[in-house]
Amino acid sequence: MKYALLMYSVEKDWAEADEATREKVYAAHGRFSDLLRSRDAGRGGEELALTSAATTVRMTADGEALMTDGPYAETAEQLGGFYLVEARDLDEALEFARALAGVEDIIEVRPVVEHPSA
Amino acid sequence: MTSVEAAFHEHRGPLMATLVAELRSFDLAEEALQDAFAAATDQWPGEGVPRRPAAWLLSVARRRAVDRRRREQTLTRYLPLLITEEHTPAEFPARAADDSLGLLFACCHPSLGREARVALALRFVAGLTVPEIARLFLVPEATMAARITRAKQKIRAAGIPLRLPTPVDLPERVPGVRAVLYLLFTEGYRSFRDEVAGEAVRLTRLLHELRPTDAETASVLALMLLQHSRRRARLRDGRLVLLADQDRTQWNALDIAEALTLLEVRTPDEPYRLQAMIAARHAIAGRAEDTDWAAIARLYAQLEALTGSPVVRLNRAVAVLEADGPAAARDVIAGLEEQLPRNHHLWAARGEIALRLGDREAAAREFSRAAELAPTDTERDFLIKRAG
Repeated sequence: MKYALLMYSVEKDWAEADEATREKVYAAHGRFSDLLRSRDAGRGGEELALTSAATTVRMTADGEALMTDGPYAETAEQLGGFYLVEARDLDEALEFARALAGVEDIIEVRPVVEHPSA
Repeated sequence: MTSVEAAFHEHRGPLMATLVAELRSFDLAEEALQDAFAAATDQWPGEGVPRRPAAWLLSVARRRAVDRRRREQTLTRYLPLLITEEHTPAEFPARAADDSLGLLFACCHPSLGREARVALALRFVAGLTVPEIARLFLVPEATMAARITRAKQKIRAAGIPLRLPTPVDLPERVPGVRAVLYLLFTEGYRSFRDEVAGEAVRLTRLLHELRPTDAETASVLALMLLQHSRRRARLRDGRLVLLADQDRTQWNALDIAEALTLLEVRTPDEPYRLQAMIAARHAIAGRAEDTDWAAIARLYAQLEALTGSPVVRLNRAVAVLEADGPAAARDVIAGLEEQLPRNHHLWAARGEIALRLGDREAAAREFSRAAELAPTDTERDFLIKRAG
């Protein structure tokens, strides 16, 4: 099964992190990518820019696309990046998520819907 | 009991587990198993009971599952036909232990909510119906049905495995499973459903065999066995028989022996072990008056130190009453009325203490209070008589 690992962190901490902290976090993600490679489990993933760069588009009641500055929800924790992984089952996906637990504050594990091939 | 009913009691749990593992569908497994038992009800009385009833039931259930899946074309598009090469009829019941534990671990997966875990285990491991589980949780049937459906869907959609966790994950998953098993057992015990309690014992034994070095699992198994050993003696004419009044020759000696062997292994004192040791003290007393109350009072004192529970202190007071007399017991029980004001056992114990101290007036007062709070007629009648 394919799973998305959605990583949420307190954005302010990351925005204000010093160079040494950033290097440590990137090194941890490098090791995580190595783990995925060794298990042939990596199916993609990205780091997202801060939500100060986000624009949210939503449909209004009158059918207009309304654009607003910023993320969909103003919370302290924001989606900061994701991985797509191939795992045998939820237990293996959770094993990957836990490997990230020291690096990211919150990791939500969501199965990816598999559409039957037409 | 007919041979089909006997087969149902003995094999329902393991067969359900194997079918869920093979078919990867709770609903299909349940329907197929119902079909198989219906077929047995039809055929066994005329044709005789097959030599291996479980294997017969399993192969009928498998055939019916294939039929049902063929009929339900939409299902077959999404679900692979999962009668796989790793499961052949010859392997039952050799694989049954793994399947049973696999189903149990799936129902107790930490990614499910606590209430959902217990409900799933009651439904699919112990075989209770949705209305029965709804009554236990004091929620409407529709609510419970929805909760179980959601949990089943999550198992499938999230990819929760229907097998044992990896050796790395296993140690941290065991305590949750153990807690659910003990809950299943107490539910079966409380409601006098021996087959539910028996299924909990069977699965706890499998868990113990899987991790024999896990001390708390051994303790839980011993505790269950000691309580389960009294199943024939604790009910007479539909009424609860108190421990002191039970016919001890009716206690199951094999269960007691198995429990005592488990307790012989010296392990640290934790709550399950202490409770099992207390139950064992009762189990080894040939007559109620041979009970070593001083030892029991000491064990309750240890348990109280670990848990701080007022109910444990109440039990200690009762043991102290038997071991050291009413004055000592009065000191132990003092103050508990603030913590357990509506516990009828507390007022009954206070009544007994007052009676032994020779204060009949106080005793009558305490027993009347206890009778007002007693939840069952049996206990109420008993307490009213005691109040004199």
